[in-house]
Amino acid sequence: METVLLGFVLMLSIFLGFELISKVPATLHTPLMSGANAISGITVVGALTLAGGEMGEWATWLGAAAVFFATINVVGGYMVTDRMLGMFKKKDEPEARV
Amino acid sequence: MSPELIGAVYILSAILFVYGLKLLSSPATAVRGNQLSSLGMLVAVVVTLGSREIIDFRWIAVAAVLGTIVGAVAAQRVAMTGMPEMVALFNGSGGIASLLVGWAALDMGGATDAELPQTTFTIVTILISILIGGVTFSGSIIAWGKLSETMPSRAISLPGQQFISLLLLVAMIGCGAMMVAQPETWNSTLIYVVIVLSLILGVMAVIPIGGADMPVVISLLNSYSGLAACAAGLAINNTILIVAGSLVGAAGIILTNIMCKAMNRSLSHVLFSGFTAAKTAT
Repeated sequence: METVLLGFVLMLSIFLGFELISKVPATLHTPLMSGANAISGITVVGALTLAGGEMGEWATWLGAAAVFFATINVVGGYMVTDRMLGMFKKKDEPEARV
Repeated sequence: MSPELIGAVYILSAILFVYGLKLLSSPATAVRGNQLSSLGMLVAVVVTLGSREIIDFRWIAVAAVLGTIVGAVAAQRVAMTGMPEMVALFNGSGGIASLLVGWAALDMGGATDAELPQTTFTIVTILISILIGGVTFSGSIIAWGKLSETMPSRAISLPGQQFISLLLLVAMIGCGAMMVAQPETWNSTLIYVVIVLSLILGVMAVIPIGGADMPVVISLLNSYSGLAACAAGLAINNTILIVAGSLVGAAGIILTNIMCKAMNRSLSHVLFSGFTAAKTAT
């Protein structure tokens, strides 16, 4: 039963993802890609439960390494996106206000 | 914190991700969208740290601090022109994280005898997260190499590339089938084979594509890293990983398609450009 529910969640998120991104202007392609990439760092949550849980030693090590890499993805991803958007905003501010 | 409360907070962070992505796709609200999405991530991480499952914070603290430093320094130092490469590297680290989560999930059943033997479903999702995570990682590294010109950016085609890729995939499915059939005998050894094969497959997938098409490839790999996170979520039964992962997976695919249209190329043309070039050469 659990598996079926998870399948439904998967299906609905896929439809949602398609709906969200359908009308994006070309200038936002790279920031959007980078922002979405930062979200995929959500693996950090899974890595946390493995690194801190009562698992075998090996699983803990792997979990800790996963926390490290996923944190790079999350922190770096959001910061890079913010920098890109900052530049974008300055350049287009007068137009954006109209 | 009780699992129910954590689940409720996960719903909140999923809402923040969805709303953040929506705002990110319009110029006037993009900055706010990114902030909302990062708030969602923060909420998810904080509430996970509060869960009862987590009892030891030492390694988490070390790994998280190191990861934050590396990510922040890299994001600050990179030149504006080097952004796509940087995104490729971040994406690669997300991919390897999913691979490691899958690997750790495979091990955690073997470590504690009290746990039930792993079900076929769990092993299959673990294998998928390792496969997609590995392909994302090595593919992203190759994409980074081509963009930063640490390696030749032209399309490189090896003889019989399609055949090799197919063989790799078949070998991987074979290993997977053996692991599902006899987890006790094969899990500990074949897992290394699967990891190595998936890394090689990632190289094989990106190497025949020319440097000019790399932004599209990075977008596609971004979608893969979302799917890898989703598979890892299925393996360890974590809903927020499934929701956020599949959201990124779907958004990434549609964004890839939009980028292809903007560059006036078809997705299949980009993906198989190396193969067709090899065909015309022979």
